[in-house]
Amino acid sequence: MKSSAMRDMMAVTARPEVISLAGGLPDTSTFPPETFAAVASRIAAESCAKALQYGPTDGLGETKDCIAEVMAAEGMPLDREDAIVTTGGQQVIDLVAKTLIDPGDVVIAEGPTYPGAVPVFLAYQADVVQVEMDSAGMRVDLLEETLERLDREGRRPKFIYTVPTFQNPAGVTMSLSRRRRLVEIAHERELLVLEDNPYGLLRYEGDELPPLYKLDGGVFVMYLGTFSKILSPGIRLGWVAAPPPVLEKINLGKQGTDLCTSTLSQLMVQAYFERGNWRDYVDSLTDIYRKRRDTMLDALAEHFPPQAEWTRPGGGLFIWATLPDFIDTTDLLARALRENVAFVPGEGAFLDGRGRNSMRLNFSSSDEESIREGIRRIGEVVSEQVELYGTLTGKVAPSVPSAEVVQMPTPAERARRANS
Amino acid sequence: MTTDAARRVAVLKGGRSLERQVSLRSGARVEDALGRLGHEVVPIDVGLDLIQQLRDVRPDVAFIAMHGRDGEHGTVQELLEILDIPYTGSGVLGCVRATDKVLAKHLMIEAGIPTPDFFAFNETAFRELGAAEALAAIEERLEFPIVVKPSSQGSALGIKFARSAADLPAALVAAFSYDSKVVLERHVDGRDLAVSILADEPLPVVEAVPQGDEFYDFQARYEIGRTSFICPAELPEGATERAQDLALRVYRLLGCHAFARVDLMLDGSGELTVLEANPIPGLTETSLLPQAAEAVGITFDQLVGRILELAEDGNRGLAPPDPRGTLAG
Repeated sequence: MKSSAMRDMMAVTARPEVISLAGGLPDTSTFPPETFAAVASRIAAESCAKALQYGPTDGLGETKDCIAEVMAAEGMPLDREDAIVTTGGQQVIDLVAKTLIDPGDVVIAEGPTYPGAVPVFLAYQADVVQVEMDSAGMRVDLLEETLERLDREGRRPKFIYTVPTFQNPAGVTMSLSRRRRLVEIAHERELLVLEDNPYGLLRYEGDELPPLYKLDGGVFVMYLGTFSKILSPGIRLGWVAAPPPVLEKINLGKQGTDLCTSTLSQLMVQAYFERGNWRDYVDSLTDIYRKRRDTMLDALAEHFPPQAEWTRPGGGLFIWATLPDFIDTTDLLARALRENVAFVPGEGAFLDGRGRNSMRLNFSSSDEESIREGIRRIGEVVSEQVELYGTLTGKVAPSVPSAEVVQMPTPAERARRANS
Repeated sequence: MTTDAARRVAVLKGGRSLERQVSLRSGARVEDALGRLGHEVVPIDVGLDLIQQLRDVRPDVAFIAMHGRDGEHGTVQELLEILDIPYTGSGVLGCVRATDKVLAKHLMIEAGIPTPDFFAFNETAFRELGAAEALAAIEERLEFPIVVKPSSQGSALGIKFARSAADLPAALVAAFSYDSKVVLERHVDGRDLAVSILADEPLPVVEAVPQGDEFYDFQARYEIGRTSFICPAELPEGATERAQDLALRVYRLLGCHAFARVDLMLDGSGELTVLEANPIPGLTETSLLPQAAEAVGITFDQLVGRILELAEDGNRGLAPPDPRGTLAG
C-alpha cells in the first residue's frame, strides 16, 4: 500500500526538471498528426450526430469488430456478444471488483502487483493475498499452496488477478507450463481469473505465448484488453471479454457507473482501424521501446552497484530492480529527487509492506539520453547508500549471485524489516 | 493592521519540498479564506520564476503556506526580505533555528527546556572521521529503542525507530536520504502532544492517539483514520499549563513570530519533554493548528485573518529573549 510519504513524494516527480522513470506512460509523440486529423474530420463529415450521442452500454458493434481484430492478432477469436467496451482497461478492474467483491472477500494477486489495481481492491475492501513471482511469472506452486490454505480456513477467493505477459511492475512473463497449470487450476476449482493484458503486442524479442483466455476458451478467464498501449491512453478505450453470466453483471455495473463508453472515442478507433494499418504504428512503437529497454538495461549494468539486480523484460514498459535489503526505496526516492530523478518505490506494488527494497523503472516515456542520465543518477545514490552502509557496519554488502529471482524478500528479512 | 482593508496577497505554496502536496492543500484552503475575507488573492506555486512573479504581482503581503525545504527553512523569507515584501509567520532567524533540530535542541538545553537526550552527526563524520566506531558508545548512552531522524525534515519523513543495534545502520542510511545531518534521540514512551501558538498565546493542547495496537508507528501519525486527535487533550492536573508554558518558551527562545506549533511528549511519570517546533505548521482540514484554534472559537477564516494582520506589524525575527530562559533548570 502506498504510504502517505510515498504519495507526497510522487507529487514532486511531476515537476519539469525531474527525469521521471516513475510514470507508466506510452510515448504518444510519434503518432502522426495527419492521421489524427483525417480520422477526426471523417467523423465530423460522416457521423457527427452519432459521435455526439449516447451509445449502448456494452459498446458499438463496429468497435467490437476492431477489438476482435486486436484479439485475433494474439490468436483469440471473439464474437461481438462476448465483449463489453469500457472506459479504459482500468474500468474493467473496477467493474469486476464492483461486481464480484463483498467486503472481506479474498482476491489473489501477484506480488508485486499492478500498483493501479491496489486502490481498487482496497476501495471494495477485498482481502488481497499476494503470491510471489520469479522470472517465469507467478509461482503457480505457491498459488496452489495458498488456495489449499484458504480452503482450510473456509475461504474461497472471488478471483485471481494476473498480468501474465510483461507484467507491471515486475516486467516478467508467465511461462507456458505455468499458464496451462493456472488454467487447469481454474477449471478444477471453478475459480475465475482476471487476465490483464495491456502489453501483449509490445514484444521486443522471443516467441508469442498464448494468453490464458485462449487456453481456457473463455470459460473461467475474464480478459482485459486496452487500446491505451497500442494506440492512445487519452482515448480511454478498453474492453472485457468474459463468460456470459459475468458479462451480464458487469454490464449492469457499467450502466450505473457511466451509462456508456465515449461514442466519440469509439468512432475514432473505428475510423482509425478502417485505415487498415494499425499494426504499423504498433510496430513503430515496438522499435522505439526496444531501443529504450536496451538503453536502460545497458545503463543499469553500467551504473548500478553489484549488490543490485533487475529483471530483463521481453516486452512491455517496465523493469523491476531490487536493492540490498538495508535500502528503503521510499527514502531513497527522497534522495533521488534531490538529483532530479524519480522512480516508483516498490511498496506501492504490495499491500503488506513488502517490496521496500525494490523499485519500478519505466523505459517507454523517456528518450534514450534521459534514460541513461536518469539511471546514472539513481545508480549514484544507490552506490552512495551501499557505501555508507558499509562504513556504518564495517562490512561490504555481498554482490547478488544470480538474477533468476524477482527478488522478493525472504521471510526472515521480512520479519526483520517489519520490526524496524 | 485591519481586516477591513483589502490587500493583494500572494499565497506561496507547493515548491520542491517533499511536503509539496500538503502545502498545496494548505495553500488552497488559505486562498479560499482570504477570498472570503475580501482580499485579492494571487496563488504562486513556487519555482524558478518566483522573483519575477513577485515583481509582476507586487503583493502587499506574501502568505507563506509552504512546508519543509525552502518555505520553512528561511530561504523564501530571505528573498521576501530582499524584495521588501511583508510576509506571514516567522522571520529568517526563527525559521533557521526551528527547522534545524540539532540547533533547536542545543538552544533548548542551554535554556533549561527539557528535550530528549540526543547525538547528532553529519555524513562526513561517518565517511571521514570513522564515527561508526562511536556508535556502540552512543547506544549505551541512549539505550534502545532509539529514534533516528533527519535534522531538518519536517513531518514524519525519514524517521526510523531502531529497536536494537542491528537496526541502526539501515535507519541511518534512511535518515541520510533526507539530510546530510541526522539526530539519534532517546525514545520517550508516552503521550504525543502538540501546542500551537498564535500571536504569543498558547492554544489548547492537542493529543494525537494512534489507533490500533502498534507499539509505535510513525506512519500512523500521518495516515488519516489511523490517528485520532483529541482537543483539548485531557491531561493530569497541571500538565496542560506546563505544556503550554514550555511551548511558549520554545516559541520565544527560537524567535518564532505570529504562529508556530511545538510538539511534546508526556511520559508515564508526568514529565514533559519538547521534541521540536514547526514554524509553518499545516493548515489543512486535518491539521492541528486549525483544530486547536477552533477549540477556542477561532474559525479558520479568523485564524488566517489574524496571521495576515501579524505579517504587517513589523516585529519579526528578533523576539524578546525568554526572560526565564537562562534562569530555569
